[in-house]
This record gives sequence, C-alpha cells and structure tokens, in this order.
Amino acid sequence: MIPELGQLALALGLALALAQGLLGLIGAARGENVWMAATRPAARGQFVFVAIAFACLTTSFIHNDFTVAYVATNSNSALPLQYRVAGVWGGHEGSMLLWVLMLSVWTCGVTLFSRHLPQEMAARVLGVMGLVSAGFLLFILFTSNPFVRIFPAPADGRDLNPLLQDPGMVMHPPMLYMGYVGFSIAFAFAVAALLSGRLDAAWARWSRPWTTAAWSFLTVGIALGSGWAYYELGWGGWWFWDPVENASFMPWLTGTALIHSLAVTEKRGAFRSWTVLLAILAFALSLLGTFLVRSGVLTSVHAFATDPTRGIFILALLALVIGGSLLLYVWRAPKIGLGGGFEPLSRESFLLANNVIFAAAAGSVLLGTLYPLALDASGLGKISVGPPYFETVFVPLMAPALFLMGVGPLARWKKASLPDLASRLRWALAAAVLAALALPFAMGRWGVMVALGVLLAAWVAASGFVQLYEKVRNAASGVSAWTRLQAVPRATYGMLLAHFGVAVFVVGVTLVKGYESEKDVRMEPGDTVELGGYTFRFDGVRDVKGPNYVAGRAQIPVTRDGKPVAMLYPEKRIYRVQNQPMTEAAIDTGFTRDLYVSLGDAVSDTAWVIRVHHKPFIDWIWGGCLLMALGGVLAASDRRYRLAARRPREEYAVAAAR
Amino acid sequence: MTRFAIPIAIFVALLALLGIGLKLDPREVPSPLIGKPAPHFELPELHQAARTFSERDMLGKVWVLNVWASWCVSCREEHPVLLDLAASGAVPVYGLNYKDRREDGLAWLKGMGDPYKISIFDFDGRVGIDYGVYGVPETYVIDKSGIIRYKRIGPLTPEIVKEKLLPLVRELDRA
Repeated sequence: MIPELGQLALALGLALALAQGLLGLIGAARGENVWMAATRPAARGQFVFVAIAFACLTTSFIHNDFTVAYVATNSNSALPLQYRVAGVWGGHEGSMLLWVLMLSVWTCGVTLFSRHLPQEMAARVLGVMGLVSAGFLLFILFTSNPFVRIFPAPADGRDLNPLLQDPGMVMHPPMLYMGYVGFSIAFAFAVAALLSGRLDAAWARWSRPWTTAAWSFLTVGIALGSGWAYYELGWGGWWFWDPVENASFMPWLTGTALIHSLAVTEKRGAFRSWTVLLAILAFALSLLGTFLVRSGVLTSVHAFATDPTRGIFILALLALVIGGSLLLYVWRAPKIGLGGGFEPLSRESFLLANNVIFAAAAGSVLLGTLYPLALDASGLGKISVGPPYFETVFVPLMAPALFLMGVGPLARWKKASLPDLASRLRWALAAAVLAALALPFAMGRWGVMVALGVLLAAWVAASGFVQLYEKVRNAASGVSAWTRLQAVPRATYGMLLAHFGVAVFVVGVTLVKGYESEKDVRMEPGDTVELGGYTFRFDGVRDVKGPNYVAGRAQIPVTRDGKPVAMLYPEKRIYRVQNQPMTEAAIDTGFTRDLYVSLGDAVSDTAWVIRVHHKPFIDWIWGGCLLMALGGVLAASDRRYRLAARRPREEYAVAAAR
Repeated sequence: MTRFAIPIAIFVALLALLGIGLKLDPREVPSPLIGKPAPHFELPELHQAARTFSERDMLGKVWVLNVWASWCVSCREEHPVLLDLAASGAVPVYGLNYKDRREDGLAWLKGMGDPYKISIFDFDGRVGIDYGVYGVPETYVIDKSGIIRYKRIGPLTPEIVKEKLLPLVRELDRA
C-alpha cells in the first residue's frame, strides 16, 4: 500500500510542479496577478507530495519491504538501520527521488524568502524551477520509478553496495545534490531576468546568497567524496579525475566563476552577460553530470546501473532545459547591455580574468572528460584520458588564479594603481617568498613545484591578512580595533575565510604530492617497517565478525623514536550477501600528517602484504575545503541580504523605471 | 550578436556527440585478432579427457568457436540461440569451456542441451587469454585458413546470428 501511495504522491507532485511552472511563466508574461500568486502554494504543495513520496520509500526500506524491486536490489535484512535509510539514495531511482526532494526543498525556501522580490520576478523564478522539477518527476515516473513492485518477492535483498555502507558516503550525495539543485535557483534567476529583460544590480543581490549557499554545499559534497575515496578505497589516493568526479567539479568551477561574477554585477552592474551565461552553464553542467553518470556513455567506477532509455530521456531534458535557455540567451542577451566601464587595471579586470580562467578550467576538464567519447564516436579508437592530461592542463591555469586572489580584493573598483598595489602588498610578497624558500627545506628537501605551491598559498594567506589589517587600520580613529573588526561586513569575513581555505587546500595538496611516501611489504607477525620516521610493527591478523560481514583484522602498533603513537587495525572484509571483499584502511589522523595502513592479501598462513603510507598535511586538503564552505556560508548570511529583504518592493520598481 | 550564439552552437554539437555516445559501449574493447590467425592450442576434450583437439583440426572448414562456462549467467541467455544454430547445420559449433570444473561443465550441458560438436576444456584459462577473452560468453567465427574473421563479445542473439554471423559464414564458405 505504501509504495503505491508514494507513486500517487509523485504523480500529484508532478501535477503541482506543472501548475507551478505554467502558472508562473505564463502568468508573469500576461501579468495575471492571481496566477502568479498561485505559484507559491503550488510550490509548497509540490514539496509536501514529494516529501510524502520520499517518506514512503524510506518506510519501505526501514521495514525491509522486498516486494519493492528497488528495496530488494539495494537493501538487506541484516543491513544496519542507518544504512537502510541511506540505501534510499544508494541506487539510481532513489537518488533521483532525492534530487527532486532537494529541488522541492530549495523551491520551498525560495517561496519563503522571496517576499521582497517583485511578484513578476518571483513568479518567473518559481515557474522555471517548477518546470525543471516537472521534467525530473516525469523522468522518474516514466523511466526510473522506485516504487515498482517485484513478484514473487525475494526472501531477502541483494544488500547495499558495501562501498556505500559508510557515514561519509551517506552524506556525500545529499550534500552534492544540495549544490547541484541550488544552482538551479541561480539558473532560474538568470532565465527570469532574460525573460523579463531586466538584469541589474538588484537582480544580482537577490541571486547571490542562494548561489553562494549552493556553492558551499557543492564544496562540502565534493570534499566528502574525495575524503571518502581516500579512507575507503585503500590506495591512499583522494582524486582520480574520474568522469563522475569531473562531473561534479565542472559545476563547481563554473559556480566559483559565477559567485565572483555576481559580485561585480551587484557592485558595479557590469559583467551581466557573463553572469547570466555562467548561471546557465553552472546548472547545465550539473545536468550534464547527471546525464553522464546515468546513461552509460562513459565508463566510471561511479556509474549507476545504465539503461539507454534513461539516457535518451535525460538527453532530451538536457536539450530542452539548456537548449531553451541558451536560445533565450541568444535572443535576449544583446539587450542586456553593458554596465559601468572600467580601466584595464582595476578590480573588474582582475575579476574578468578570474572568470576567464575558471571558464577555461571548466572547459579543459570537460574536454578531457568527453574526449574518449568523441574519439570513439568518430571511430578513431578507444583511449582513456586521466591524471596526466588533467594535471598538465589544470594546474597551470590555477596558478594565475591564485595570484589574482591576492591582488584582486585589494584593487580598487574601476581604476586601480599598480604602484599602490605593489606597495601595499610588498610584505605579503616577501612573506610568501620566504615561506617558499624555507618550508620545503623544513619538510626535507627543496623542489621547484613544491616551492611554487607554497609561494602561491602563502601569497594568498598573507594578502588576506593585509586586507584584514587595512580594514582595521583605515577605520576612523578613536574607535577600538575590536569595534573596527566588528564593523567589517560578514561577507568580507566570508571572502577572507574562503580564500584562506583555498590557501590551506593548496598547502595540503602541494605538501602531500611533494613529500608523501609509501611502502608495500610482505610482513610476518613481529616484522617491522620504517617510514617517515615512524615504525610500524605487524602483530598478526584476527578474525572478527561485523553485523553483515566477516573480516580479518590486523593489529599494527606504530611508534616514533620508541614512543607509542597509535594502534592501527586495518581490515579485509567480506560482505556476506554480495560476497564482495573490501579493504578497510586504518588511518591515524594528525594535523601535520596521516599514517595510513591497508591490508593486502595473505601470502602464506601467517604472512600478509601490508601497505603503509606517510601522508604529510593531507587533512589540510579537506580542512581547506571546509573553510571554503564556511566562508561561503558566512558570505551568504550577510546582513545586507536580509536587510534588503525588508526594503519595500517599490524601490525596485522605481529603479527599473529609471 | 553572433558571439552570443557561440554557447548554443557548442551545446548542439555536444548534444550530437552525447546522442551518438548513447549507442556506443565504452566498455567494449574491439578485438585486435580480427584478420589474424587463430592462436594455436591443443586442449583435452570436455567429454573425453584422453582425446585432444586443436584449431588445426579445423583447417579447410569454416567454424564457430563459442566460449562458455557453467558459472556464466549470460550464457544461459544465448544457449537457445546456439542450439538453433547447431540444429540448422549451417556451420559447426565448437565450445570452449572456460575456467570451469569438468563436472560442472558436463552437468550444465546435460541440463541445458549440447549444441557443440566438441567441447574443449580450458581449465586455467590460458587459451582464453590467447584469444583475448575478457567477458564470457564470446563467440568467434574462424575461416578455412584458420583466420579469425569475427568476434562477438557478449551473448549471441537471433538478430546477430541472422544479420552478421550466417551471412559471414556463407561468404567464407564460398571462398
């Protein structure tokens, strides 16, 4: 009964989404106030029904209802409760339902926080989101229905993929989808602006907090995926330039360009075409990512179960949504007009360079990801494109971006002065050069690439401190430093924190790549191996039992200079239902290094292959990402967005009439 | 005006590429052995371990070599197609029992029916490696001079037999 209710709820949600979409867009075009006013309740109703459908699916999982085919393929009676819940989004159908749920949550959020928007704009934004939602609900109902029953029902389920039975993996899809879906709001704002022909600073100010929040979620989602790969896959790697990883990275790169472009549009009214195009592209890349991982077009460790029908449907959806919005762009963008002019050397020009760099980076990742497909499609053979290409192309693009990160926030709008910038930043440059020269030696040996990475990271951090220092110093005298610090807008702190997070990230990547080491050894109980100044001793393997697996667990005490540092227990598990072996690495996490041990295979009755890694500063990678996301949250919660919310609508109408 | 049209132009090209991509299989690795002589082997037969069989025994004849195993799920799918093909007499079908246990292979044929003139037994899979087997079931068409002319990766379907396999066999028979 419950699955059928869920399916019914989805159908009702679809009806409401269509209503929301059509009422919103047609109502705004025709100026029908009643229709426009109806979009909000329609959106909220859609959320209610999609939530009901999601609850039905979750209930089926919790109660082990194996008459539902999706539950039977993704769950098992021995699966612990939290993973039965996580199993809801463990496969294609359920993850699409999660996608639509997130979309309806964000849409609801827009209905709640858009009181200050002119009715026409709000109706258009909700209208676009309604149509996107309708498209996905149609996709689910017609090709990816999670409520399909299976008869006769299997006695037990096929179990959730063991790789997904993990806390990091539980949070990764929801965070990621919050990001992808959040970009649909920026997209909806862009399309609404194109439709209405009005694109100005006010529009940018409305879009910004939503876009920044979405970007923050996406950052966390990608970081979770990377961190999970690190501790779960057993090789110590954290980014593989896998097509699905790239599919999440491209919207992130475009989104980063977008949040910076929005800043210019809000402050100076410039970059309007760029901002609109970036908003369309960020969401387009999110949709493209959805297509790539579910259509079977690319091989990837991540790919969901594939089906050509689904691929065709998503491709059609892609064509409609993105093709439609890009056509709208061709039609309306020429009328958007230019904003305030600026000199070749100014904050605007730095941000323009930033836009170009990030767009180029996203483009290069796209090229590398689709190149194997292009070659295969033209019959030129089968190749794979991996880290060698991506690292060669991506890293050099980021170097100038990092340099700009230091200079940009200090440059004046409209016209900056090079001597002025140089004098303000000379100590930051000196600090950066010093760090680049000294830190590699402190780590053990000096290398050009490491020095370069440290130079850029230290430059970003140091210039951030200069910015903060200037804010405190330049305030009116007679006011305490603390008061001055409080007067700095939250958005500025957000920026400083996010940029600092980037610096932390770059330090982590540079030092790990420059100084990591590993050893693969065959060990008998009692043997020791030395790495990075640490001594690892193998104490043998014991059999242990988990809730739905059996494992061999090794005991490995780690010492340094004779003093105990950690006790590590790497495991080799076999999950009973799918008979799938899995390595559970043991990691001793530290601020300045990780010690990573994974169990290989048994090579005799007592001897095992053990792999030990020393990874200096690797947690700075995810720490940096977390700081970036926190910075984004800070920026999005700046008072001026909430104050603007209380500003009367008439102000906008007056501004538009001018 | 034109520069605004660049994004949609790129997008249309991308759509076309993805559309073509849907019809392709990225996991399929085409065989480098097409047009090359079938690798030599001498293996015991499945039913009579004392006798051996080699591809040289088939010189002068067009034949089909089908790689199968009792543990292979897709092989069950294609088995009726093979039975029909063998019954039609159009081309002799020989089986390569790949990485299997003799008892399991024999039991499987007993239960499912035996379309093979002879089944050969490749216990450790070395012959499979020589032939580039990576996804059982696989089927080869080998001509009179012992050259591999066609490889099908995956189960045979009636369409493939009718449209690819049989016309090829007829063509090779005439040669």
